[in-house]
Amino acid sequence: MSAGTFETRVRQALYASRRWHPAEIVLWVLAIAAFLFFPRQWLLLNEIAILALFALSLDLILGYAGIVSLGHAAFLGMGAYAAGLLAKHGTADPLAGLGAGMAAAGLLGLLTSPLVLRGTDLTRLMITLGVALILYELANSFGSLTGGADGLQGIMMAPVLGLFGFDIFGRTAYLYSLSVLFLLFLIARRVMHSPFGLSLRAVRDNPLRASASGVPNGRRLAAAYALAAAYAGAAGALLAQTTQFVSLDVLDFHRSADLMLVLIIGGAGYLYGGLVGAIAFKLLQDVIASFTPQYWMFWIGLFLVLFVLGGREMIHGAIKKIAGRFARFGRGGAQ
Amino acid sequence: MTIALQTFDLYKSFGGITATDHVDFTLERGARHALIGPNGAGKTTFVNQLTGVLRPTSGRVELMGEDITKLPREARVKRGLARTFQINQLFATMTPLEMIALVTSERLGRGTHPFRALDRDPDLVAETAEILTRFRLDDIMDSRIATLPYGKQRQIEIAASFAARPSVLLLDEPAAGVPEAERRELMQTVAELPDDVSVLLIEHDMDLVFRFATRITVLVNGRVLAEGTPDEMAHDPAVRAAYLGEGAHV
Repeated sequence: MSAGTFETRVRQALYASRRWHPAEIVLWVLAIAAFLFFPRQWLLLNEIAILALFALSLDLILGYAGIVSLGHAAFLGMGAYAAGLLAKHGTADPLAGLGAGMAAAGLLGLLTSPLVLRGTDLTRLMITLGVALILYELANSFGSLTGGADGLQGIMMAPVLGLFGFDIFGRTAYLYSLSVLFLLFLIARRVMHSPFGLSLRAVRDNPLRASASGVPNGRRLAAAYALAAAYAGAAGALLAQTTQFVSLDVLDFHRSADLMLVLIIGGAGYLYGGLVGAIAFKLLQDVIASFTPQYWMFWIGLFLVLFVLGGREMIHGAIKKIAGRFARFGRGGAQ
Repeated sequence: MTIALQTFDLYKSFGGITATDHVDFTLERGARHALIGPNGAGKTTFVNQLTGVLRPTSGRVELMGEDITKLPREARVKRGLARTFQINQLFATMTPLEMIALVTSERLGRGTHPFRALDRDPDLVAETAEILTRFRLDDIMDSRIATLPYGKQRQIEIAASFAARPSVLLLDEPAAGVPEAERRELMQTVAELPDDVSVLLIEHDMDLVFRFATRITVLVNGRVLAEGTPDEMAHDPAVRAAYLGEGAHV
């Protein structure tokens, strides 16, 4: 075999890992179909899209860079307050607010990244938790700015792109959130298949070998952490804009903890874990809460225990099988 | 200048224990040099100071005449110093293709590119293909590394270090733990490393050492006991007593 044909094989093999899998396309088509077929669920769908974006953010650091976090709400809250405050005191344009939320959270991520770079998983859990707690208390005590425990009220959003006004049914909200989710997902997908993304996986797999391969581990992790923080900030901004309200709840511990659950359900490290997990988590919450509003936490707790103990492999295996079947309809499939 | 890597009065102690005892060591350019010594002689500690895993207590390390004593690991790699590890250090979830592509992309300075696709980079593709072929990994390039036989993983360990295009390559016991059947291929790989790469082999396996090395340094208790050609070392009474033992076959 000549060198040229083997190079072609290498190029094709590298391309195969970033090729669109038919199951991916199906998932996004379903997200749009949901808009058409479930008009009464637009508000729920909007919540799912925002949670999915938030979970995608955690997946970028947990699944790809191997950084665990119990304080990801810090960035969600930062984005939400930044977007909310801008709408109140600056411009009401949603995209400007989205940019502000991402920038503020991304900056916070960059500034706090040195804290999470060193140390074991346990210290990282404690540090991220601590940063979120600090932010919560800051938001609580600077009531004149944030509204404190009453929350940031009176946010009025201008129409998206000057065309689509927000309505009480969540029509614009869902389409707006879904569009932002899709766009940021495309960017994340691209980044994770780039040399930069590959180097993150290298650091996650084996930091010693990564540095022996010339990767500056610390700088790469810091960049990934800031990027993920900006994504969480975008989720926060969407939350503030589509609910037109920001309260301390966005910084609450349960936000970070729920997010872990979402990724545990959906699986980390393949970008869709956050999306699948968010759909499963929200639907589960919605279904259980509809017949037992007071005790839904009990059922979700029970589900989680069973899921982690043994159901995960079964469910993920089933999903893989379905995805494999879709692949056969496409031409050959990626895996 | 004919010296690739050199240490000056290198000293390392852990608490009260001296692991590297004032070592002056020289690796010539293009050398096939072996570092041997009994267990606990401080071979790996020495290598770890060369590559930046450990900081020496005192002394200096120079690569191509440049002082690299205080440089972080990745900066030494960029300057042409690569190594393999005694225990495999691989990216278990990657394929050989991805692992070699990663090292190559870092060597080409692509690591900070957040948007460029790997397959759209002709230099990266060509170099990755070249390394995979050279180390006979082309048939298994799409398998997950963790699922491959140990001998193949050992092969990837060397290929990944070589993909950084080092001028100095440190091989830390490359044959350790490799079953007899896969040994021949591995030794061939080591023998086929190009001449312009200076190689320092740290090894227990005397067979490999005497077949490969043109120069041998014997380390005992963190100190250089003797240095010379394989022939000289094989007949040096102090070396025989300290390391090779009575029944050594050479």
